[in-house]
Amino acid sequence: MEILVCVKRVPDTAENEFELNSDGNDLDRDDLVYSVNEWDNYAVEEAIQIVDEAGGSVTVITVGDDEAEEVLRREMAMGANNGVLLSDDAFEGSDGKGIAAILKAEIEKGKYDLIFTGAQADEGAGQVGGMLAAMLDYPYASLVNKIEVDGTKIKVGREIEGGNQEMNEIELPCVLSIQTGINEPRYVGIRGIRKVAKVEIPVKGAGDLGLDAGAVGEAGAKTKRVDYFVPDMGEGAEMLEGSTEEIIEKLIEKLKAKGGL
Amino acid sequence: MTQIYAYIPFKDGVAADVALEFPAAAEKIEAGASVTAVVTGSGADLDAVAGEMAKIYKEVIKVDNAALAYPNAEVVRKALVSILPADAVVLVAHDTFGMDLAPGLSVKLDSSYAADVVDFEGKDGDVLKIVRQELGGAVSTHVSTDLSAGAVITVRPGAFAPAEGGDVGGSVTDKSGDAGDLTAKRTFLEVVEAEVGDVDITKSDVLVSIGRGIEDEDNIEVAQELADAMGAVVSCSRPIVDAKWLEKSRQVGTSGQTVKPKVYMAMGISGSFQHMGGVKGNPFIVAVNKNPKAPIFQVADVGIVEDILEFMPELQEAIEDL
Repeated sequence: MEILVCVKRVPDTAENEFELNSDGNDLDRDDLVYSVNEWDNYAVEEAIQIVDEAGGSVTVITVGDDEAEEVLRREMAMGANNGVLLSDDAFEGSDGKGIAAILKAEIEKGKYDLIFTGAQADEGAGQVGGMLAAMLDYPYASLVNKIEVDGTKIKVGREIEGGNQEMNEIELPCVLSIQTGINEPRYVGIRGIRKVAKVEIPVKGAGDLGLDAGAVGEAGAKTKRVDYFVPDMGEGAEMLEGSTEEIIEKLIEKLKAKGGL
Repeated sequence: MTQIYAYIPFKDGVAADVALEFPAAAEKIEAGASVTAVVTGSGADLDAVAGEMAKIYKEVIKVDNAALAYPNAEVVRKALVSILPADAVVLVAHDTFGMDLAPGLSVKLDSSYAADVVDFEGKDGDVLKIVRQELGGAVSTHVSTDLSAGAVITVRPGAFAPAEGGDVGGSVTDKSGDAGDLTAKRTFLEVVEAEVGDVDITKSDVLVSIGRGIEDEDNIEVAQELADAMGAVVSCSRPIVDAKWLEKSRQVGTSGQTVKPKVYMAMGISGSFQHMGGVKGNPFIVAVNKNPKAPIFQVADVGIVEDILEFMPELQEAIEDL
């Protein structure tokens, strides 16, 4: 089973408090902590487990700048066999379709049975996997939380509303977007990262992929982010302040009034 | 005039709540825009939904085919590509089905795509102004998308005001004959219902609900002790279940349980829309989080900026001393 996992380097929502820059139109990116998109760790773990059972190899791929290489190395430290970095100034400002088109160009140069993405990433769109599948004319399943491999067909469970699971049979090759909770991603220690520090990761640009630079990046994007802002959400919560004892006293009065005690 | 189509999700012959919200979304794209509801399915369930939609939408398109009896996104996509004009603006719910359908639909219609939209700010020529969120709701963004060759847009359920009751006396057009080839490389097998856990969180009036802020499996005991003091039950957000610290049946959210307590204590929960989508019935929400910018403070009634691991034992003690 040859498996490709598409990963992304993103600002870590657990490690950052997001602020706008002084112009108020972008995040203040100076001190942001980046890491691999949480969903992607589950996708890589799942790929490694399938290959452990069925044989084959796991390749991790990302579209990004030089710094994106670090997330490839992290996933290779988990156990992915190969990494590929797709990087070109012409890729900047790509919308979901641009990213999918860049990935498609590289995928068509190889032969993969399974292609995984995370169910979503920092932008919360959950779009690249489904677009990629449609561009390749492969079948697709999103929000996958179970995979059973059986020869040329596989069964996949999708997480649907209410904690229920929708089981499907899907032909190979296919694209699956992987939901968190499908497995328990293995821990990556500093020693694991060191082991793969010297492994060469090929970097490919628009020319290598045979892509028309005008079709991807900002030039090809029909959907564009204009700015970031802090919405006016009305009053929000009544914030209880003071010492912890004072806060607890006020809270208990409110809980009594609302039937919480 | 922009021609907008709204894909109506339904189950057992009843349309999802978002069916009432598409008209308000369409009105914000363009005032007075014509909106056509599209329902795909099979048999009596489909007819029931088509009839209901004709009370809300002046025009309803239905596609009836046995292959559409269960909503398999690949099959639905093929039907929609066959019946919709290439420059259609298509609204889809950002739910588990919409996420399966919409990205691929935008590729096959060769149109632009925008996901999980929470608001529209009208059009400037062919450019639609969109509001959405990133980074788990921590920041909002303005996004523009080009409608000139059509668009597929998923809207967040609950983000737009539902249409009032009444009956616009709409008509249903049967386009079943235009659905074309509906064979697919993915086949629906069955729905496996969620397992029932040891505790039914939907039955409790008070929930002490924990999120990432609990930090460690061993700390769940701290929440349990507070819950015991309050006569409450411990529920949780998704990361706690992903870490296998609590059973899936304890998870509140669109992918977990829908709860309607009187009081909801959100302890170390950031408050993503997927989580809050499972909190119904307008409970009194208390949020405790050490991050003062946590989105939960926008939806809570009372907010406290503290570390839950220190706050919960103190609250428990104070309650026990009452």
